[in-house]
Amino acid sequence: MNPLRRGFLKSAGSFGAIAVAIGAGLLKPGELLAATWNKVAFTATNVADAMKEATYGGAAESKDILIKVPEIAENGAVVPVEVTSKIPGTTNIAIFVDQNQNPMIADFEFSNGAEPFISTRIKMNKTSQVRIAVKAGGKSYTQSKEVKVTIGGCGG
Amino acid sequence: MAEGMKMRATMQGDVADVKVLINHDMETGLRKDPKTEKLIPAHFINEVVATWNGKTVLQAQWGYAISKNPFIGFKVKGAKAGDKIAVSAVDNLGGKFHDEVVVA
Repeated sequence: MNPLRRGFLKSAGSFGAIAVAIGAGLLKPGELLAATWNKVAFTATNVADAMKEATYGGAAESKDILIKVPEIAENGAVVPVEVTSKIPGTTNIAIFVDQNQNPMIADFEFSNGAEPFISTRIKMNKTSQVRIAVKAGGKSYTQSKEVKVTIGGCGG
Repeated sequence: MAEGMKMRATMQGDVADVKVLINHDMETGLRKDPKTEKLIPAHFINEVVATWNGKTVLQAQWGYAISKNPFIGFKVKGAKAGDKIAVSAVDNLGGKFHDEVVVA
């Protein structure tokens, strides 16, 4: 792993330093993706744009992405999501929610022995597909599952 | 808001199962203060890095739609009891969070 990248993460947001590093030929532009927050993707307002900007454009459907979500979520503020990718060579798992104002939720990159698995909790505006995108061997794959969100549900 | 983190890492076979909780409001920037009718500014963790004995195993970028007091669970293959797992996070206003745990 490139030791420079750690340094950049610590100084995340210092675009100047990164630009200088590119200029000096120290970094390939592709390596910046992990180190700088992808504002364009996170602020996109539809899922297709968000996926494209997050470099998951044209992802092929795959049954090897296993998504564990509740069928019905009473509280859209806390929806548990668990993803396992069975696709060999998986390096990234990203989570999108079609019906959120900004569909991109998160992108996780795995290295050095981390299993292609992530468990987290997300916010959902309303009933929507929870769309998972996976990167493996330079290709993108996707799978989705619907979660019904009960707005104003009284939790009984 | 009490700031802090909780971490746990336990061996399950040859895989370390790591669970992380970070205390953070994860304010979206879309909510209005009910009294002043003004938008509450966005304040959320947007970058997370996990290391195993100093080597990066997980790098994440987050938007505001990770739930309040974020939870992540991940698995590290090949880890052993006694290994060190560390997690660092940064929020959009420059807040920094760090915790580490020894795999049990």
